[in-house]
Amino acid sequence: MSGNLRLLADTLARAKQENRAALITYMTAGFPTVDDGIAATQAMLNSGADIVEIGLPHSDPVLDGPVIQTADEIALRGGVRIADVIRTVREAYQATGKPVLVMSYWNPIDRYGAERFGGELAKAGGAGCILPDLPVQESALWRETAARHSLATVFVAAPSTTDERLRELTAAGTGFVYASALMGVTGVRDAVSTAAGSLVRRIRAVTELPVCVGIGISDAAQAGRVARFADGVIVASALVKAVLDAPDAAAGTATVAELTTELSRATRRHAD
Amino acid sequence: MNSQFFFPALPGESPSEHGYFGAFGGTFIPEALVAAVDEVAVEYERAKADPAFAAEFEQLLAHYAGRPSALTEVPRFAGHAGGARVFLKREDLNHTGSHKINNVLGQALLTKRMGKPRVIAETGAGQHGVATATACALFGLECTIYMGETDIRRQAVNVARMEMLGATVIPVTSGSRTLKDAINETFRDWVANVETTHYIFGTVAGPHPFPAMIRDFQRVIGVEARRQIVERAGRLPDAAIACVGGGSNAIGLFHAFLPDTDVRLIGCEAAGHGVESGKHAATLTAGEPGILHGSRSYVLQDDEGQITEPWSISAGLDYPGVGPEHAFLHDTGRGEYRPVTDAAAMRAFRLLASTEGIIPAIESAHALAGAIDVGTELGPDGLIVVNLSGRGDKDMETAARYFEQDAEAARAGRVQK
Repeated sequence: MSGNLRLLADTLARAKQENRAALITYMTAGFPTVDDGIAATQAMLNSGADIVEIGLPHSDPVLDGPVIQTADEIALRGGVRIADVIRTVREAYQATGKPVLVMSYWNPIDRYGAERFGGELAKAGGAGCILPDLPVQESALWRETAARHSLATVFVAAPSTTDERLRELTAAGTGFVYASALMGVTGVRDAVSTAAGSLVRRIRAVTELPVCVGIGISDAAQAGRVARFADGVIVASALVKAVLDAPDAAAGTATVAELTTELSRATRRHAD
Repeated sequence: MNSQFFFPALPGESPSEHGYFGAFGGTFIPEALVAAVDEVAVEYERAKADPAFAAEFEQLLAHYAGRPSALTEVPRFAGHAGGARVFLKREDLNHTGSHKINNVLGQALLTKRMGKPRVIAETGAGQHGVATATACALFGLECTIYMGETDIRRQAVNVARMEMLGATVIPVTSGSRTLKDAINETFRDWVANVETTHYIFGTVAGPHPFPAMIRDFQRVIGVEARRQIVERAGRLPDAAIACVGGGSNAIGLFHAFLPDTDVRLIGCEAAGHGVESGKHAATLTAGEPGILHGSRSYVLQDDEGQITEPWSISAGLDYPGVGPEHAFLHDTGRGEYRPVTDAAAMRAFRLLASTEGIIPAIESAHALAGAIDVGTELGPDGLIVVNLSGRGDKDMETAARYFEQDAEAARAGRVQK
């Protein structure tokens, strides 16, 4: 293991040593502008996020609910380009030295060129990718590229994933496993699904990789509950919604920082 | 008729085990859907091997949908197509008014086999939504149809039909508010409700096994047409012509003719205001390989892989993707794909109505416009089969508005002169 895949693994290992879950937060690149997106990302990393995911906006985000769909639309209307996404990664990494992942649907990377994208992402200090519509059976080309550039390939596991497939995708994946807390698209929900706990147990039975839980976790109480059994807690829509609902970009960044601080405290609480 | 009729094992049959037609196809879907899509694939393989499934499908096609559909020669129309002989495969005469019912009956039977009580589907023109709502009423399944807000406006009659049949129609307000966005929203519903719900996808796109399975349910069109044309004209046609949005009526017509290499397979894509205008839905003519809705095929996209908004006067062809088997036929040269503008389609629409007393769907009018060109190229010795994939009742308002604007433009033109 080398490069920023190593940084990602070390970050998760350190959180475990500290007897807490890592906090992984998400922000759409270019939303509401490229610079505002960078400011919000840095604010999260400076307020207790251990790892960030940068969303590469897409015209057809089939696994996303209304909040991230809206952020993607705003970013694309603003003319965001893949170069801006790479710049967001670079500035987030350089300012904090923390692992930065890209979350992207496959077509933009396929079109841009997997090798070109992987090379530029690694050079910018990125740690890897989560590719929600690239299941393991279609991922061979990307995994070769990722391995060449020491980038993580994080696969999503769902409550509907069979044990046989869990073995397959954990054998192919690197960095950590993204366990989807529920069957559904991204978005804010009132309660964390009970499916998450049993999925995490099934994943742990087949791999040593850290298991981080996301989708539908939006506040400190939910994050605290998940932190008791997961290696990492992933929060996305709630943070994007904070920016969406804010009167201006500065207020959005401030709210994002506050929420991240609360979430970060919650992921530590179980160690008390 | 036996299961070989519907589900033939052709030599060198595609797709591959992983759902690829050459470089196109595959399963580019969220992990949450993998189990459901696998379940469809496994159940479909079982159904194919079960004579009772084929028998039940055949009974429904014959006594519910009204198959075989007629093959109608249209000599007065053909007078405007270089004098070639033109026959129409009358999918417009099926129950619910289009070819969509063939696929829907097959998938509704499969839904029953899987024991799922709920069905969801997308619709563009509303034909697939109406067919799905119909099958759900027939089989007692709960039915939700996603339809772009723009399409709800231009296909109001079909919305009323779906609701009369007991379906819930949900307007989709994201993106361009047309077919593409309706499919996105239906996938989102499926991810959340996959345990109880089957997605009756409407065209030969989407993740494996949908492109191959839907083709198999639609191939009855070509099997019948091939037999009928040989009976009536004494030989195979020079060309089989169909409109292509996602491409289900086209693959349905083409598939039985694939081994007949002298029969040209011609798909007519929607060129909207013209391919050069940028306002079109001519995916194979002007698109590039990419991934949309679960498979690799040609798509309309920008240089960074964002899907671009298509345009067509026809809601059913207003789609920035195309089925992977068409992409394969396009690249191998076995299929020919031509752009047809709104204007050419609407001329053919009026021509068929006024010369033959048949009002086609605007989608199918694109194939008729293609037939006028191909007939003119072939001359009086030519023999053409056109898939009249649907009837035009749903399009009367769009057509009236189009011809009114056209007449106004013509009047304005005369005044300027």
